[in-house]
Amino acid sequence: MIYEGKQKIWKDYQKEIPDDHWYYVRSCIRQNFFPASERKFTDITQQVLGKDVYETPYHTTCGGIAYHCDAIPQETAMTIVARQFALMTEAGYENYVPSCVTSFGNYIEILETWREFPELEARIREQLWKATRREFKKPKYLAHTSDLIYHWRNEIAEKASVRLIDHETGEPMRMAEHIGCHYAKMFPSKGIGGAEYPYVLAGMIESWGGQVVDYPERRHCCGYGFRQYHMKANRGYCVSNTHKKFESMEPYGIQAILTNCPGCCYFMDRWQYVIAEQTGKTYGKDGFGIPVFTYEELAGLVLGYDPWDLGLQLHQVAVEPFLDRIGVRYDPKAKYLGLNKEDILRPELPTNLKCF
Amino acid sequence: MTDFGFTLSRSSALDLSKADTRLYEKLCSLSPDARTCMGCGSCSATCTAGPYSGMSLRKVILGLQRGQDVRPMLKGCMLCGKCTMVCPRGINTRQLILNLCRIYD
Repeated sequence: MIYEGKQKIWKDYQKEIPDDHWYYVRSCIRQNFFPASERKFTDITQQVLGKDVYETPYHTTCGGIAYHCDAIPQETAMTIVARQFALMTEAGYENYVPSCVTSFGNYIEILETWREFPELEARIREQLWKATRREFKKPKYLAHTSDLIYHWRNEIAEKASVRLIDHETGEPMRMAEHIGCHYAKMFPSKGIGGAEYPYVLAGMIESWGGQVVDYPERRHCCGYGFRQYHMKANRGYCVSNTHKKFESMEPYGIQAILTNCPGCCYFMDRWQYVIAEQTGKTYGKDGFGIPVFTYEELAGLVLGYDPWDLGLQLHQVAVEPFLDRIGVRYDPKAKYLGLNKEDILRPELPTNLKCF
Repeated sequence: MTDFGFTLSRSSALDLSKADTRLYEKLCSLSPDARTCMGCGSCSATCTAGPYSGMSLRKVILGLQRGQDVRPMLKGCMLCGKCTMVCPRGINTRQLILNLCRIYD
């Protein structure tokens, strides 16, 4: 294909991302799963990159988790979202960036529903006014936090002190990327690269020196799927999906996985322990698992943050072999020291999955 | 093994790259027209024994392509040949079934 033609087609898979002034909202579950990731997002964007990223303690859940678990109807989620938009309007921002992929999908779904059914938007505005005396403007731009890190990936690469290159061989680290289903599978035009060629995480890996590895089940769901996991009887289905992905990536020698969804990162990390306990099989080298990172953690690592400040001790799969490979210095004795340098106790070690 | 209260469930998806298709290939060498089957199911629709015995030539050919054991179905065939008369591809289905029985013997 002619290069210009290729560029023109690729443009359809891009989206406009303003460079500054973002209203940031956190995720309900990420703060429990990987507590340092969101804190490091604000650190990296505000202090390292010097961007205006504002957040308020008054924001709440977007309602997406309850909506996708069939616990609340969409209209309830809409009113919660309307309040979030009101907080953004009051703070004087127009660009909205949620940290959770399901929130991102939830916001887009609601904005698209309002575009199709304006009378519903009017009713939600009325409900919000009656309940809170608040009004709101819809965001001019909506992006996911991984979109922003992707947008600033080259600035991060310029400031990087570590590259995703194997220290021993000099080869790029072989990494898989896993995009959350709610990022671009629901509304492909809203994600970088759409649902067919998602480039948001692949772009980060390539900019920071790694190699993106393709494998047959690359676009398969991680298995979380909300109501699958939240009902214990369905968890076998949940873990079976993750198992399918790991079986598929096994022959490709993948050294780490990068994710942009809270659930994907958590379940691909934790289920490796469950799979190892149930089948005796591990997928990394020498009995270890394959470490799974959030994009903030990976950005933090290349920028030279202390791995324990990034919360990597809370991962189920040991991250030390990966850190050794890319040449990150860390103090093994400080792994289980909390913020005040007090011992936070050690987890019980699994039977089959090798951990420290 | 730790009891989590749930276990891995086996995938129902067929991995065709792992299917043993040696029987299908052998059948094709004896009855090359087996390759022309498009799986329309006319043979199964007209089969007299099918509703009672579970015989379905369409399923037999599909099963062989997937590397599955189709012997139980073959036992239900009475070799009446009605399927030969309706096959839109003109496959000599009775000969195909006989050849398959010979392979299994």
